[in-house]
Amino acid sequence: MTVLTDIPEKWLPVVLPIKKKKKAGFGGGKSKKKRTEEERRVKANDREHNEKFQYANNCIVTSKYNILTFLPVNLFEQFQEVANTYFLFLLILQLIPQISSLSWFTTIVPLALVLSITAVKDATDDYFRHKSDNQVNNRQSQVLIRGSLQNEKWMNVKVGDIIKLENNQFVAADLLLLSSTEPHGLCYIETAELDGETNMKVRQSVSVTAELGDPNNLASFDGEVVCEPPNNKLDRFCGTLYWREKKYPLTNQNMLLRGCVLRNTEACYGLVIFAGPDTKLMQNSGRTKFKRTSIDRLMNTLVLWIFGFLVCMGVILAVGNAVWEREVGSLFQSYLPWDPPVDNFMFSAFLSFWSYIIILNTVVPISLYVSVEVIRLGHSYFINWDRQMFCSRCNTAAESRTTTLNEELGQVEYIFSDKTGTLTQNIMTFNKCSINGQTYGEVTDPLGKQPKRLDFTPFNPLANPDFCFYDEKLLESVKVGDLHTHEFFRLLSLCHTVMSEEKSEGELVYKAQSPDEGALVTAARNFGFVFRSRTPGTITTTEMGRTVTYSLLAILDFNNIRKRMSVIVRNPEGRICLYCKGADTVLLERLHPCNQELMSITSDHLNEYGADGLRTLALAYRELSEDEWEAWSESHRCADKATDCREDRLAAAYDKIEQDMKLLGATAIEDKLQEGVPETIALLSLANIKIWVLTGDKQETAVNIGYSCKMLTDDMTEVFIIGGHTVQSVRQELRSARERMMELSRGKTEGMEAWAEACFMGNGMKDGQEGDCTTGRGSKQLHCSSLPPSASGDMDSISGEFALIISGHSLAHALEADMEAEFVSTACACKAVICCRVTPLQKAQVVELIKKHKKAVTLAIGDGANDVSMIKSAHIGVGISGQEGIQAVLASDYSFAQFRFLQRLLLVHGRWSYLRMCRFLCYFFYKNFAFTMVHFWFGFFCGFSAQDVPDHRSLEYPKLYEPGQLNLLFNKKEFFICITQGIYTSVVLFFVPYAVLSDATQSNGVPLADYQTFAVTTATALVIVVSVQIALDTGFWTVFNHMFVWGSVGSYFTIMFALHSQTLFRIFPNQFRFIGSAQNTLLQPVVWLTIALATAVCVVPVLAFRFLKLDLKPQLSDTVRHTQLVRQKRRKPGGRSIGGAWRGTGSVSEGRLGARGGSRRSGYAFSHQEGFGELITSGKNMRLSSLALANFASKHSSSWIETLRRKKTNHTPPSTSGECSPAPSNVSGTCPALSNSSSVLGGSQETPIEEETDAAVVLSSSSHPAASEPAEPRAPAQVAPADSSTSAAARTDSPGGWARSLETVQEALFGRRGCASASNTQVPPCDATETPPH
Amino acid sequence: MGKTKDKSGPLARRPDNSAFKQQRLPAWSPMLTANTVLPFFYLLAVICMLLGVWLLLLVQSTQEIKLDYTDLGNCNECFDLRRNVSNAVQTCSCRVEFSIDKSLKGDVFFYYGLKNFHQNLRRYMDSRDDGQTLGRIKKLKNPSSYCAPFDKDNDGVPIAPCGAIANSMFNDSFTLNYHLSSSRIVPVPLLRTGLTWYTDKNVKFRNPRADNLTLAEVFEGTRPPLYWQKPVYSLDPHDPNNNGFINEDLIVWMREAAFPNFKKLYGILNRADPIFEKGLPKGNYTIDISYNFPVQHFQGRKGVVLTTLTWFGGQNHFLPIAYLVTSSLILLTAVVLTVAWWKFGKDGKNMKE
Repeated sequence: MTVLTDIPEKWLPVVLPIKKKKKAGFGGGKSKKKRTEEERRVKANDREHNEKFQYANNCIVTSKYNILTFLPVNLFEQFQEVANTYFLFLLILQLIPQISSLSWFTTIVPLALVLSITAVKDATDDYFRHKSDNQVNNRQSQVLIRGSLQNEKWMNVKVGDIIKLENNQFVAADLLLLSSTEPHGLCYIETAELDGETNMKVRQSVSVTAELGDPNNLASFDGEVVCEPPNNKLDRFCGTLYWREKKYPLTNQNMLLRGCVLRNTEACYGLVIFAGPDTKLMQNSGRTKFKRTSIDRLMNTLVLWIFGFLVCMGVILAVGNAVWEREVGSLFQSYLPWDPPVDNFMFSAFLSFWSYIIILNTVVPISLYVSVEVIRLGHSYFINWDRQMFCSRCNTAAESRTTTLNEELGQVEYIFSDKTGTLTQNIMTFNKCSINGQTYGEVTDPLGKQPKRLDFTPFNPLANPDFCFYDEKLLESVKVGDLHTHEFFRLLSLCHTVMSEEKSEGELVYKAQSPDEGALVTAARNFGFVFRSRTPGTITTTEMGRTVTYSLLAILDFNNIRKRMSVIVRNPEGRICLYCKGADTVLLERLHPCNQELMSITSDHLNEYGADGLRTLALAYRELSEDEWEAWSESHRCADKATDCREDRLAAAYDKIEQDMKLLGATAIEDKLQEGVPETIALLSLANIKIWVLTGDKQETAVNIGYSCKMLTDDMTEVFIIGGHTVQSVRQELRSARERMMELSRGKTEGMEAWAEACFMGNGMKDGQEGDCTTGRGSKQLHCSSLPPSASGDMDSISGEFALIISGHSLAHALEADMEAEFVSTACACKAVICCRVTPLQKAQVVELIKKHKKAVTLAIGDGANDVSMIKSAHIGVGISGQEGIQAVLASDYSFAQFRFLQRLLLVHGRWSYLRMCRFLCYFFYKNFAFTMVHFWFGFFCGFSAQDVPDHRSLEYPKLYEPGQLNLLFNKKEFFICITQGIYTSVVLFFVPYAVLSDATQSNGVPLADYQTFAVTTATALVIVVSVQIALDTGFWTVFNHMFVWGSVGSYFTIMFALHSQTLFRIFPNQFRFIGSAQNTLLQPVVWLTIALATAVCVVPVLAFRFLKLDLKPQLSDTVRHTQLVRQKRRKPGGRSIGGAWRGTGSVSEGRLGARGGSRRSGYAFSHQEGFGELITSGKNMRLSSLALANFASKHSSSWIETLRRKKTNHTPPSTSGECSPAPSNVSGTCPALSNSSSVLGGSQETPIEEETDAAVVLSSSSHPAASEPAEPRAPAQVAPADSSTSAAARTDSPGGWARSLETVQEALFGRRGCASASNTQVPPCDATETPPH
Repeated sequence: MGKTKDKSGPLARRPDNSAFKQQRLPAWSPMLTANTVLPFFYLLAVICMLLGVWLLLLVQSTQEIKLDYTDLGNCNECFDLRRNVSNAVQTCSCRVEFSIDKSLKGDVFFYYGLKNFHQNLRRYMDSRDDGQTLGRIKKLKNPSSYCAPFDKDNDGVPIAPCGAIANSMFNDSFTLNYHLSSSRIVPVPLLRTGLTWYTDKNVKFRNPRADNLTLAEVFEGTRPPLYWQKPVYSLDPHDPNNNGFINEDLIVWMREAAFPNFKKLYGILNRADPIFEKGLPKGNYTIDISYNFPVQHFQGRKGVVLTTLTWFGGQNHFLPIAYLVTSSLILLTAVVLTVAWWKFGKDGKNMKE
C-alpha cells in the first residue's frame, strides 16, 4: 500500500473484467502446459537461488535433431509415413524365400534412395535452423554480473539476471524494466515483432527501481518477483515485486518482452523474468507442423485405395491359386512338388497372396513418392530462379524454403495477410493537402515528365532531407506568405503530441507515437514551421526562421469518440488560439456556419483523397478571447477534478470549446502500400481467391488500408462491422449481418426477376420470406443448431459484394466452438474480411478455423514475428523477406520481398506446379496400372503362381520425371479415369500379345510363345504405348521434352539390351537369364506388328476422346480465367467513370460522406492513442496517464465501433442507458475490450486483484455508455440548428443585404456568435453573402 | 542454387536470365485439331486395312496340320500304360496315321505340343540353375538351392541338369514316315538341330569343359534327373555334338513357354531328299511315337503340329483379323468424329471463349 496510492479507485475495476474474461475465453482452452509451474519466483542478482527452480534458460532451440539423434529420430519420423512402412513391410516379405517373387533388392534400392533423400533434406533444413538458432543465441547482451557489466551471449542469460539494453537493441528475454536513462523510468519500445504494431509504446519501471539508475545500485538490488507462470498472453502480466519488506504490483506496463526493440531510449536495465522458450514470444509461436499438400493427402487416400485394390487382387489371385492348386496344381505334384513348409493348397494360396502383394506392389510404387519429390524440387528451383520475383531494391530473390508444397500453390482459396509490412510499407508520407479550398500535391503532368522533388534546403536549413513533396505551388504559397497556408502549417507544428530531440543544432529527431503525426509534423517542419522542443507548458517552434515560443494552455486529447485533438496555445503576442485537427466527420460539424462554402470544397477534396485511399484529417482553428478562455478553463478544471464520470465531463468540456471553428484545410497522408498491392489483390480475387486481412492494428487503419488496396470498394453493397463484446452481441451482430445479406441479395434477385413479371407477386414473396426470417430469429436454440447448414446453403446464393470487419475481442467470441460455424458462414459470404486487433494466436486460430470448416487451401503471408503462428498453421506460409525481422521468413514455406510477387507465385508457379503434378500423377497411375495389371492377367495363365511377366527391371526409365504440362486436374474422378485407362491398356497389352504370340513362331520356326519373348514383347509394347501417351499428354514440346521422351525410349532399349547381354549373363547367370531375348524377339517382324497393333488399339480411343473433348467442350480452366480477366477489364473503366461522376456531383458526395466517410476517412483515429496529451501536460508522473490511456483505449475503441455500426445500419436500437447510470443491459459496456496493445493493464494496485468485488464491475461499466452516448446523438442536433440559422440569417439579411458590405455581414454573423475578433480578416470571407435567394 | 556468388552489387543475387530457368524455352505445342486428327485417323484406318489384308493373304497361303495323339489309335494303350507311374520304365511305342490332302510347300516344321502343362509357374521356372547349364564345374556338383527338391537325389548325389524344368523334360520321340505308296514307306528326314536361338545354343548353354575328358567322364559324380531314362551326355545317340547341356531338345524344353498350351519345335524337314525337296507331298503319313511322357495326371494332352511358315512366322489368323477389325473400328471412329466435328465443332465454334 505504499505506491500508487494516487491511482483513482475507478481504474481498478477495469482490470478485473479483463482478467475474468481472459480466464473464460483463453485460459480454459489454451492453458495446456507441459510443466505445471504454479508461479514463478525470481530473485534479482541471485543465480543460485533461481537455479533451484530450474527455469528454462535463454537458449532457444527450434531445431529438431543433433548429430547423435538425427539418424534414429529421423528414421522414426520417416517410418511414420505409411508409404515407407509399407515398403519396409514389403522388404521383409521379400526376404521370405517361399513368398519372394521379386528379388529383395528391387525394393531396398528405391527405399534406401527415398529414405536418404528425405534424410538429406531434413538434415539441411535442420542445419539452417541450427544456424539461425545459433545466430540468435549468440547475440550479445550486457549482463550485470557481480556489479559489473559483462558481455554475454543471449543463451547464457539466466532468469534473475539484470541486463542492460541500449537503443535499437532487441530485447533478449522477457524483462522487468528496472530503470532507464529517460526520466521517470520511462522507455519506448517498438513491438512490431510481437503484434505487428509499429507505434512506439511506453513502458515504465516501478518508481522505486527507477531511482536505482546506475549499475552499482542495481548490483545490490535483491528484490524478488513473484509472478504468473509463462503464458502466451502478450498483453498481460501479473506479478508482485517484493523488495525491502514492501510489495509492489507489477503489470504488463513494466515489462519488456522478447522481440521488442528499444527505441528513443538511450539505455535501460531489466530483470530477466522469462527466458528462452518461456518468453511470450516463443510461447506464441505455434508448433511447427508438418505440412502436406492436399494432393499429398489425396495421394495417400488413393494409395490406400490402391492398397485395398491390391489386397482385392491379391485375394482374387490367391483364391484362384487355391482353386488352381487343388484342381490342377495338385496333379502337377510329380513335376513340381510343394515346398517343404507347404503341405496343402490353402497354405499355398496364402503364400501366393503375399507373393502377389509383392509383385503387384508396383501399383503403389515407391517411385511415385520419389518422382513427386523430384518434380517438386524442380519447381522449387524454378521459383528460386524466377527473375520476375526478384526484388532489385533489396536484392532478394524469391525463395522456396520447402519443396513439398508447390502444387498446392495452385489451389489456394484463402489468403490471410498481415497488414503492416506486408500490404503496406509502414511509411507515412504527407501526400496532399487542401488549404483554403486550394488543393496541393496533385501532380498531373500532361507531358508525363517526372515531377521534380522539391528541395527545401535553400529555403529552410532545418528541413528534413528525406521529406518528399512535388508540388511547387505550396512552397510558393508559403514563401509568398499566404496567411492560410501559414496558419495551416502552424497548426501542424503545434497541434500534436510529438516529442522532439535535438542532438545537435538543427538535427532534429521527432519521436512520434504514431507515424501519421510524425509525417505531419515533418511536413510542417519542411515548409518552414519547425517544431523544436516542448516542455509541459510551452512549445517552441521556428516559424520561417524566427523562433517563437508558445505557451501551451491545454491539450484536448484525442480519443476514439472525439476523433480529434486540439491544443490551446497563447502566442507571444498574447493571442489565444485553439488548433484542432481531427476526422472530417466530426470536425466539419463543428465549424462556424460561415465556412459553408469552403467546407463543401474541402469535403470534395477530402472525398477525392479518400477515394485515393489516403488518410485524411481536417484542420480547423478558433481564436479565443481571454474571457472565453478563462471561463472554459474554469469549467475544464472542474471537470478534470470531478471524481465521477470524469471523462464524460471532460468530453463535454472539450466539446464546448471546440465549436465554431474555422476550417483551414485538410491533409492527406499516404500509408504507403507496397508496390502493386491493389493490382495483386484485384488479380487474386479474379482468380477466385479470397483475401482476409488479419492485423494487430486498429480497425480504422485496417479499414483504410482495405480501401486503399481495393479490397473494400465503394461499390460494395454493404460493409458489416462486428465489434460486440459479449457472446450474445457478437452472435446477434453476425446473425443480423447475414440476414441483411440475404435480404439484400434476395431483394436484388427479386428485383430482377419479379420486376418484369408482376409487382404484387414480388411483394407477396418478400412477405413470406421475411416471415421465415423472423421465425428463424424467434427460437434461439433451434436457430443455433439448424442455422449453419441451412445458412451455408443460403449463403451460396448470396450475390452482391459484402465485407466484414471484425475486431479482436469479437473474434475471440466468434472463435468459440458454438459460434465458429456461424462466423465462418457469415465471413465466407463476404468478399473481403478484415480482422483487426487480433493477437498472433488469433491469427492462427482464424486460419485453423477456415482450414477446418472450409476444407480449403489457405495461404498466410506476413513479415513479422506476430505472423509466425499464422504462417505455420496455414497450408502455405509466405514470409516477406528483405525486411528487418526474419522470424516470419524462417517459419515460412516461401519467402519473397514484396507482396505483389504473390500473384506470380500463385497464378504462375502455383498453377504450373499444380497442373504438372496432376498430369504427372494421372500419367503415373495410368502407367502403373497398365504395367501391373498385366501381371494380374498373367495370373490367370500361370496358375496364379505369382510369376511376373515383363522384365520389370528394364522399366526404370527416366520418363517418370517428365512433367506433363497439360491442363488436367487431379481428383478422384480423374484418378478413376486414369485407372480405367490403365486397366484398359493393360488388357490390350496383355491379350493382344497373348493372342498373337501364343500360336506364332519366328520366321525360323522357333515358337514365339516362350516366356521371355512374351515378356519382352509386352514390356516393349508397354513402353511404346506409355511413350505415345506421354507424347499425347505433353502440351509443350521443349528441348527437354524431346530429350526425355526419346531419351527414355532409347534408354529403355539400351537398358534392355544391356540386361540381356552376354556379359552380364556370364557374370550372374541366374540373375540375367534373359540373355539374348531382346535381340531374338525384336528382330521378329511379328513382334513389331503386335506392338503396333497394341499401340493403335490403346491410343486411338484416347485420341478420339481427347479430340472430342477439345473440339466440343474445350478445356475450361484457361478460358474461364481469361474470360474473367477480359470482363473485369471491361468493367473497370466503367467503375472509374462512375466514381468520377459521383465525385463531381456535390450532393452525392455529401451523401457518401455521411454513409461511409466515417469509417474511411477519419484519419486521426488511425494510429493514435490517447493519453499522450496528458502525459505531456502533466509533465510529472506518467503512470497515471498511461493508465488513463489504457482505460480509454479499451473502452472506446469498441464503443466507437458500436457507434459507427449503429449509425450505418440503424438496425440495432440505440442503447437505452442514460448519462452516468449503470446500464447492465448495454452489452458494450459490461466487458471492456480485450486489447493486445500496451494499453491494457494488469492489476495496478497492491491488493490481489481477485479480491475485487463484483459491484465494482457494475460501477465501472457505467462510464462506458456515458462516454459514448453524448457524442453521438449530439452530432446531428448541432448541425441542424447551425444550418438553419445560417440560412435564416441569409434570408433575413438579404432583402436589404445586397447593399451591405462584406464586413457588416460578417460582423452580424460572428458578432451574434460571439467569435469575431480583430484578427478576423484572416478568416476566409463568410459565404453567407453568396447564398442569394433565388 | 543457381546463384552465382562471384557477382556483387545490388543485383548480385538476381537469378540468371536463361530461358530454362525462366521457363521460357521455345516449345512446340501441338493441338488436336480436326485438320490433324481426322486425316490421321483415316490414314491409320487405311494402313491397318492394307496390313490386315496383306497378312491375311499371307496366312491363307500357309498350311498347318495338328494331331492330338494322346490317346489316338493304338497310342491308347500307351496312354493307359503311362497312367501308372510304376510302369515308367517300360517302353511303349505307338503309331498314328494321318494324311495330307494338299502338299505342304516350302520349309516344314515339326512341333510337339502340350496342353495344360504349366511351364509358367513361378516356382517351376525358378527351379533351374543357369550357372550349371552354363557349364560351371562348381555348379555341376553343387547345384543351386533353387533346384530343390531336384538338386540332389536321395543319396545326396547332385543332379545334372538340376531343377524341375529339366526333370520334367518332354521325352517322347517321333519318327515321321511318308507312305509313298502302299508298300513303300519312306522316313521323312528331320533336322534335329537348329531348333534354338543362337544365343541359347552358343552362350546360354555350354557343356562343362575339362581337359581330355569325355562328356561322360565330366558328368561323373552326377545323376540324371529322376524322370530321365538316359543321362544328359547321351541324349542324342546320333550326334555326339548334340549331347550334354547343349542338346537342343533340352534347350528347347528349358525355354519355358509363357502359357499352359504351347508347342515346341521338334524338327525341321530336311529338304535335301529329292522327295521332300518342295516340302511334304500330299499323301498318307504315319508317326511312330515312342510314348514316354505321361500327361494323364495333369489332365494334359499332347500332339504334333506340322506347319509351313511365311516371313512373319507360322499360321496365325489372329493378327490379320485383329488388324482388319481395328481398321474398321478406327474408320468408324473417324466417321463419328468427322460428323461430330462437322456438326458441332466446325470453325472452332467451341474454341472461342
